Amino acid sequence: MTNDIIILPLVVHLFFSILLMLFWNKVNFQKVVSMVGNAIALCVAIWAFIHVYNNGTQIVESGNWPAPFGIVFVGDMLAVTLVLLTAIAGFAVSVFSTISVIKARLRFGYFSVFHFLLLGLNGAFLTGDIFNLYVWFEIIIISSFVLISIGGEKNQLEGAVKYFALNFFASMIFLTALGVLYGLVGTLNMADISLKIAEVKDTTLVEISAVLFLVGFGIKSAIFPLYFWLPASYHTPPSAVSAIFAGLLTKVGVYALIRVFTLIYGGDSFLTTLLLFLAIMTIFSGGIGAIIQNNIKKVFMYFIICHIGFMIGGLALFTEVAMAGVIFYLIHDIIIKTNLFLISGLIYRIKATTNMKKLGGLYAHYPKLSLLIAIPLFSLVGIPPLSGYWPKISLILASFNAQEYWFFGALIFGSLITLIVIAKLWSEVFWKDQPKINFPKKFIYFDQLRLGQKFTFVFPVAFLTFVTLYIGFGAEHIQQLSQRIAMELMNNELYINAVLKR
Amino acid sequence: MLGAVLLGFLFSLFLVFAGSYFRGKLAVLSSLIPLSLFVYFLTFIPEISSGEVIYESYEWIPSFGVNLSFTLDGLALLFALMITGVGSLVFLYTSAYLKDHKYLDRFYGYLSLFMAAMLGLVLSDNLMSLFIFWELTSISSFYLIGFNNDKADSRKSALVALGITGIGGLLLLGGAVLLGDVVGTYRISEMLSMRDAITDSSNYLLILLLIFGAAFTKSAQFPFHFWLPGAMKAPTPVSTYLHSATMVKAGVYLLFRMTPVLNGGDIWHTVLIVVGAITMIYSAVHIIFRTDLKGILAYSTISALGILVFLIGIGTQAALIAAAVFIVVHALYKASLFLITGIIDHETGTRDVTQLAGLRKVLLPVAIAGFIAALISGGVPPTLGFVGKDLIYESTLHFKNNAVLLTIIAISTNVLLFYAGFVAGVKPFMGKLPKKFEKLHLPSPLMWVPPLIMTIAGLVFGLFPSLIETTFAKPIAMTQAIAFEDFHLKLWHGFNTILGLSAITLVLGVVLYFTLKPSHALENKIAKLDFIAPEVLLLKLSEGFAVFSKYWTNFFQTGYLRHYISIVVAFLILLLGYLIFSDFSLETDFSTLADLTIYEISILLMLLMGVLYTVFTKSRLAAVAALGVVGLSFSLLFLFYSAPDLAMTQFSVDTLTVILFVLVLYKLPKYLNFSNKWLRMKHGVLSVSFGVLITLLILRVLKEPKNTEISEFYAENAYKLAHGKNVVNVILVDFRGIDTMIEISVLIVAALGVFGLLKLRLKTRDKK
Repeated sequence: MTNDIIILPLVVHLFFSILLMLFWNKVNFQKVVSMVGNAIALCVAIWAFIHVYNNGTQIVESGNWPAPFGIVFVGDMLAVTLVLLTAIAGFAVSVFSTISVIKARLRFGYFSVFHFLLLGLNGAFLTGDIFNLYVWFEIIIISSFVLISIGGEKNQLEGAVKYFALNFFASMIFLTALGVLYGLVGTLNMADISLKIAEVKDTTLVEISAVLFLVGFGIKSAIFPLYFWLPASYHTPPSAVSAIFAGLLTKVGVYALIRVFTLIYGGDSFLTTLLLFLAIMTIFSGGIGAIIQNNIKKVFMYFIICHIGFMIGGLALFTEVAMAGVIFYLIHDIIIKTNLFLISGLIYRIKATTNMKKLGGLYAHYPKLSLLIAIPLFSLVGIPPLSGYWPKISLILASFNAQEYWFFGALIFGSLITLIVIAKLWSEVFWKDQPKINFPKKFIYFDQLRLGQKFTFVFPVAFLTFVTLYIGFGAEHIQQLSQRIAMELMNNELYINAVLKR
Repeated sequence: MLGAVLLGFLFSLFLVFAGSYFRGKLAVLSSLIPLSLFVYFLTFIPEISSGEVIYESYEWIPSFGVNLSFTLDGLALLFALMITGVGSLVFLYTSAYLKDHKYLDRFYGYLSLFMAAMLGLVLSDNLMSLFIFWELTSISSFYLIGFNNDKADSRKSALVALGITGIGGLLLLGGAVLLGDVVGTYRISEMLSMRDAITDSSNYLLILLLIFGAAFTKSAQFPFHFWLPGAMKAPTPVSTYLHSATMVKAGVYLLFRMTPVLNGGDIWHTVLIVVGAITMIYSAVHIIFRTDLKGILAYSTISALGILVFLIGIGTQAALIAAAVFIVVHALYKASLFLITGIIDHETGTRDVTQLAGLRKVLLPVAIAGFIAALISGGVPPTLGFVGKDLIYESTLHFKNNAVLLTIIAISTNVLLFYAGFVAGVKPFMGKLPKKFEKLHLPSPLMWVPPLIMTIAGLVFGLFPSLIETTFAKPIAMTQAIAFEDFHLKLWHGFNTILGLSAITLVLGVVLYFTLKPSHALENKIAKLDFIAPEVLLLKLSEGFAVFSKYWTNFFQTGYLRHYISIVVAFLILLLGYLIFSDFSLETDFSTLADLTIYEISILLMLLMGVLYTVFTKSRLAAVAALGVVGLSFSLLFLFYSAPDLAMTQFSVDTLTVILFVLVLYKLPKYLNFSNKWLRMKHGVLSVSFGVLITLLILRVLKEPKNTEISEFYAENAYKLAHGKNVVNVILVDFRGIDTMIEISVLIVAALGVFGLLKLRLKTRDKK
């Protein structure tokens, strides 16, 4: 039963989230257990990735009920790649959490819920059943809500309420879409839906269900004009939490859009036009939102939105070249966005603030650390040959081929804004002399930490930076992977045949 | 060649870790890097001058068609020698200029990063790798301009420069991708044979636009020129190396390289000639109004770049050779003048030309270098400058259209450049030495030998132009894919029109130098016109954009949850409404629906009243109770349609919710009204339309025939295969057991969250 490997990440996270609850008060022990758990999850994810890479799409039928009757887990290339990226980001964040999240928070089940969140993410990537996807979204939302709200500070709760309300609303829309779809095709297995939806005569109804999915997933992936919850909430929790959110929460929405629109609604012209328009507006709104922020975390938040537009736009172009660009960008984005929020946590630990107006002098005092941080910043911008650059080739090429010059313009606009804002950030935070501000006295600064603690702070950033460098300089591997995934997505009969064993 | 490109990268990486050893006396050793590369490229001269082109290729990212393929032809060799040659001298100079600077190692790191990137740029045969190196030069330039990063205006200049060259870089990326798409390869050497395919392509104009945009921003053409004077905030070695001798010529290089690929006739010529001409004359005129030596040199550099673009635009063999020679001329004299300015600044502490005089008495070798540099710049025989200027006139005179106009522009520009060269290279050394400068000493030879070497080279090349002819000029002419006519570079052409024009230029230049004195009064005059300068306009535009950004962002991100939800709902209504009414049909066949009974009607009435009461009541408790009514009506409906377990679940959930709510609300302060009538109206309209649309949607879904394959399977096999008598239960725990398991986990997480919320209240952030 070697194909069961693909659900091992789920088993590992479920096991560890339960295990961690058993050691409720032993926070230090929990730290070790969580790191070990994430390390194991990483190994398992690598294993699953290699297995699928060599043997093609794997499926696991829960309770041995064959599709479309039972719930199946489908490990296609896209799913296992995302599981692997989740494991990488999860490992880095769990190490970072051990040092950056205060004990009080950790005592309230932080690590357990963290593993539940990773469980939900992995489940969402792996499931082949659309109602099951909804359920995985539930656990993602509730876990992230708990992670946002642990601590109960006023702004945290305000953010948490908005986060929860809007995401819950998104789930309701998702559920409505599910209801409509089920009414039309009477099945929940995505491969089966894909086959049966072709038989539905009322195509407008099919489009309506697609639009409902678009709005439901669109809220989750923070596209224009549905992204409000993101700027309202991401800056409030500890950086470790923001990091995992930034890396993965919006991306799971993007994943769902990719899956649904390639597998079920492939290339409907109304939908692609709509998506493209929304993508352009998302890039635009996210970009100009980033310009006016003074807080590093908020700058990064708006960049999340802006760059979601790159991926959605690529999806809208709906060609294999564009899809390869989307997948490459997704791979790059998960690692880089996670890292950016870890970096903002690191800067906070050094200076007790993330406000650019109050920051300065980092380059003078931490030159090597600054250079380390410069790598993800420049990768975000897409300075060649770093990771953010390569997918743009595919996206630009695809936009020319489709003669979508507006999207080309949006890509240029988004890239330029990113360049300018990151350069400004570098100039303000790293170059400028430290302005005279009153540093809080009770704060434990980075300099006061022991060497081992400093290492724990920097290691996750360095680890993710290393992965980013690999994505940039080993772009050949990533591109081949992206092309393979794109090919699988655009030829959805591969997925369908694997699931339904035709 | 790969090694040659990588050397600089490796050295800068090495400096990150071993930089501390290179801050002191060892710093001078780093010039061995460019020097050895210079010697390395010198060894290629025999091959190149015999017309060979050397290729070298390594696979890198074949999936994108991006490979490290290098080509060494006359053009590449010219630039490579310039980069490494000027580089060697600048590296040497820096070791004295920034002696004991605490970040000297950092400076060398950026500098060698730049050198490597620039070498990669000119050697690349792959348009995509050319772009990669292109961006790296922008980045290293950003770091070098902002080297004095504690100064606000240095940081600002660095940002402006990066912004402008950044736009250009993105345009180049677009152009490269498009070009690669049209011809199916990124290799420039393969594009050479496909010029017709490119110029005939429907995307030709777009490609031109993108490539021009890239070249004009990088090479500081009007109206993008303003980043270059700002970039003079960088230490002088940087201005010398990047912003006059090499990096700013990258755009020119690109146009040169692309001439045989993209030169598709009138549009190519016209755009380049017009932009080049405007740039050269506009910035040459600006020189008159400057008093800062570096400002003068910056504008004369822009003007020279304009000349180069202009010549490439003319595009005849004579013009291209003129451009090639002028690149050498300009690198030699302008780099010298910058280095000399650096010495003056270093020794006297000022670059204000109105303050400087008589320095020859204390800085004699520098004065000599300055004088020769001015001669080259002015095109005085027997320097190479004279050869270069003659070639320029020759190409304007023989151009098919507007020869007279172009020649006049060229002459005026050259007169002003003559003036600029003398103001920068001669004026500070003439006249009476002010008292405050009497005690100056000649600085380390590391500083004054480099400019001297370059100016003497300018003299030697002038006396023996054949040196240039065989090494660069002919190989370059041959790579330009134009009908090659043999030619010879000469200092003396005999008495002809061109000589006359040269003489006129020199006379006018001398007259201008002796009549016009740089002064602050002039500088202030031009400052009054600043409001129409492109940089000011751009600044205003960006300020306006920032205001707009703020307005736009705040319009959406108001901070009110109700606002967010109403936008989401409005968006949904828009989309659903559009789709539903695009082919609207309300042909619900009521006969197929079951008849309404009195029970159903009463339950519906109850439900409706519950909803309305919830919305309109002023009391929170009443609202919760009314919500309870709604929930209970639903469980009645479930019961009615024979789903007792669902009804039971709904009933318990609802009862619990109401009880919990009541317990919580009891503790809350009195109800406050935060909305106004208009807002409530708006929300009411939104809610009702949303409800109507969803209803229409459901009616329409009901019309569709059902596919019951799955549910029949469940009903059939719940007992047979799953051994359970209750189908619903079997679905919950067996067929779809995973769903249930995860939902249980959801409850656990929710419980953890509630526990945390109740127990943990962080008061201050101090504890962290």
